Amino acid sequence: MTQTQQQPMPTSVQGPAGPANQHAPAPASTPRPRSLTQRHMPWWVSLVILAVSAVLGAALSALMTFNMAIWFILTAVLYVIISYGVTRAKVSRRKATDTLWKHLVYLAFIIALLPLVSVIWSVTSIGIPGLLEPGFLASDMRGIDGTIDRRSQEEGEPVLGGIRHALVGSLLITLSATFISVPIGLMTSIYLVEYARGGPLARAITFFVDVMTGIPSIVAGLFGAAAVGWFLGVGNSLGLGLPTRSTMGITAAIALSVLMIPVVVRTTEEMLRVVPNELREASYALGVRKWRTILKVVIPTAISGIAAGVTLAIARVIGETAPILVTAGFIVSNNWNMFQGWMTALPVFIFRQFQNPTSPNFSDPSHQRAWAAALVLIIIVMGLNLTARLIATFLAPKNTGR
Amino acid sequence: MGDKVFSGLALLAGVAILATLVFVAVFLSFNSVGAVYREEEGLIIRQFLQYAYPLVIGTLIASLIALLLATPVAVGVALYISHFAPPRLSKSIGYVIDLLAAIPSVVYGAWGMSFLGPTLVPLYGWLHQHLSFIPLFAGSPSQTGRTIFTAGVVLAVMILPIITSVCREIFIQTPKLHEEAALALGATRWEMITMAVFPFARAGIISGVMLGLGRALGETMAVALVLSPGLLTASLISAGNSTIPAEIALGFPEAPPGSERQAQLIAIGLVLFIITLIVNMTARWIVSRHKEFSGAN
Amino acid sequence: MSKSITAKDLNVYYGDFLAVEGVNIEIAARSVTAFIGPSGCGKTTFLRSLNRMHEVLPGARVEGQLLLDDDDIYAPGVDPVSVRAMVGMVFQRPNPFPTMSIRENVLAGYKLNGARMSRSDADGIVESALRGANLWNEVKDRLDRPGSGLSGGQQQRLCIARTVAVKPEVILMDEPCSALDPISTLAIEDLIAELQQEYTIVIVTHNMQQAARVSQNTAFFNIAGSGKPGRMIEYAETSTIFNNPSNQQTERYVSGKFG
Repeated sequence: MTQTQQQPMPTSVQGPAGPANQHAPAPASTPRPRSLTQRHMPWWVSLVILAVSAVLGAALSALMTFNMAIWFILTAVLYVIISYGVTRAKVSRRKATDTLWKHLVYLAFIIALLPLVSVIWSVTSIGIPGLLEPGFLASDMRGIDGTIDRRSQEEGEPVLGGIRHALVGSLLITLSATFISVPIGLMTSIYLVEYARGGPLARAITFFVDVMTGIPSIVAGLFGAAAVGWFLGVGNSLGLGLPTRSTMGITAAIALSVLMIPVVVRTTEEMLRVVPNELREASYALGVRKWRTILKVVIPTAISGIAAGVTLAIARVIGETAPILVTAGFIVSNNWNMFQGWMTALPVFIFRQFQNPTSPNFSDPSHQRAWAAALVLIIIVMGLNLTARLIATFLAPKNTGR
Repeated sequence: MGDKVFSGLALLAGVAILATLVFVAVFLSFNSVGAVYREEEGLIIRQFLQYAYPLVIGTLIASLIALLLATPVAVGVALYISHFAPPRLSKSIGYVIDLLAAIPSVVYGAWGMSFLGPTLVPLYGWLHQHLSFIPLFAGSPSQTGRTIFTAGVVLAVMILPIITSVCREIFIQTPKLHEEAALALGATRWEMITMAVFPFARAGIISGVMLGLGRALGETMAVALVLSPGLLTASLISAGNSTIPAEIALGFPEAPPGSERQAQLIAIGLVLFIITLIVNMTARWIVSRHKEFSGAN
Repeated sequence: MSKSITAKDLNVYYGDFLAVEGVNIEIAARSVTAFIGPSGCGKTTFLRSLNRMHEVLPGARVEGQLLLDDDDIYAPGVDPVSVRAMVGMVFQRPNPFPTMSIRENVLAGYKLNGARMSRSDADGIVESALRGANLWNEVKDRLDRPGSGLSGGQQQRLCIARTVAVKPEVILMDEPCSALDPISTLAIEDLIAELQQEYTIVIVTHNMQQAARVSQNTAFFNIAGSGKPGRMIEYAETSTIFNNPSNQQTERYVSGKFG
């Protein structure tokens, strides 16, 4: 086709309303930049604005009570406002709007970092001295009473007492919860991925796993307490001689399982789904049965992801307080028996030391123990998160076809 | 043979999960009967409602404060990660924000009680001095800072990473084509975000906010530690108010098994369960509806 | 309206990687210029550098001069946003904003400038832009329906209408027909011929017949090997490039020996 053949086309496609190039009159005020080098600000203007904001902010905060936080906030707010005004006056309204939102987004990021920094600072600065007290990790709270804490606070004697019982409790409860959750969660995701490809039951399970992820942890705790209480009641009415109160370690483990199972299902399901089908087919082609294929081919391929997912699930439940508080209670000494008697977990220890200090009038030692325990808890949780990431990175099978 | 056993086990595990949920609902309902029925008096729903409604309102107030504070910041942080931060840094910045989610709630509670609360006391004094004609800032300001507003701020910090990560995921998925279409028309970065990113991400933002709300409603320890609980009051800056989870956490260990008090606590737990269920289902419904619509691209 | 484009020793970099090297070209106003060449030869990168769209990727920068009439669009102090308002772009795949109606799509660029306009003014702009894109008759009854409901070819013409509505000086087209069927392609090609009367058009195409049909001038780009920068090998009238190229690479390419 040549140029001349094209030219007649337009008029024939146009409707009767008018010829092609009769553009309706555009508004005369088309505010379009007609030159490229419109007004712009040199780079140092923002520094000047920052300096002005800082000075003004200092002056304003001095009018109230001078305080680093207020000064910082005022400076930030002033900087955002002045930049907007200056850009709007000297460049253009659109540029000013763009700048304003850019500053607000940056500000949001800084605001989000403040609590993180503040929390980590509080925990480490108050927690480290407590952690360094001799025997903090190796002793429990047996025999620690108000008089001892009073002496610590008033006479500067070392803060006694420790978190050994809480560490034992956390370890036992979390391990039991993991032993309950991982088989159920793993088998469920195997069912979802390998056996029921999209049937109604599978859809129901997926839906209710979603529902389960949203259960408030305190409700999971109530469930654990109520369910175990009921089983004990039934068992005892049959004359089995079970304990009468449901408050014990295993109840807490069951409550935590309710929180842990959906996390395990979700992560393992995802990992099983990325195992390439070619691997399964290669195994079937060798005459291997399906369940052996799953055990010997599918799971080993996905094992690093599964392990990472389980580690993350553990990290999530080890920090839970509420479900353990209402199911396992709290005691001051070691209890290794999951099936008898109350048990303290690390988060519950922290909560109790804050909420009910050992000596209500001399609460500093309690707070110190609580912050030190919080530091230990954060180190454990961060360590688990890091482990999960390392597992996912270093144990990942190469060339999984992802 | 092995196949049958194995598939049977897998099926059993799936069914066990369904059974667990049924058990949760059944046990909670069964055990909360005592809160609304007394042998001598018959149904006592009125008394229960009188007990429950201040807690429901308190829970909603704290969650609302948290949402109002967290949503704009979370959207901003998500935008920062997806569209503003230098690409080489954005991944590590995402990790840092995820760290916020990894900190156990009891630590946030401790932080809110011993650091944030006292820090906010001057603010409460100022609000009381200048804005006490607004009922929200009436009443004598708390001297410890352990108020529902402080609790709301702590909750905001806790749900921030949840909303951020949902928004970030969806912002990153914005089709490059639409972003470039906006830029090629001469849009500034912010205009590109309003033309291409926000319309695409609207449903995702809403569902992220709903997930955050679900978390805020059910969050226990932070509130239990921060708030010094009391009667329902409109004032955000004086002591008072309580939330369902905090009430349960503080009351349950002391409630004798089988007592009416325990039944009452389980019953409000059930109420909380239903509220969070509705919120979470709405969030998922919005997401699934969005999936059908985004097929247009 | 309509401006000429002049590149002087233009190098385009992504970080340290030199993607396009040493382009010298003069593109006349109110003409259609086609860029042809094998995949990865830098023609799209060069096209995107004409309205600074390549800066969407981090680390992108240029050396040399790129003049729009007499203004260097890479001069210090030039805002890429105002460059793009003057140099519109149509993409490989049609990309109307999915949440906007046809009408809103056409007005999208206009709204950016915050021009407060009466409904009738807006109607006028919508109609003239859609007429300019030969789309008016097909969509005039459903202006409030989503733009994503149109066929691929209609969507692409809607994108052209959206670009035309802001009255740019130059329209860049990056393989605008590669995702379209032959009939839609023909409609776009007809449209290009019309738009040429008002705009400077630069089109990247893989389809040599298309280049021959729509353009007056053609630039052939090639690349020496992977990792090497793309270069403009030859730039001449389209008929010369296709019938009597002076460079042997060009001849081999247009005769289908590689690419």
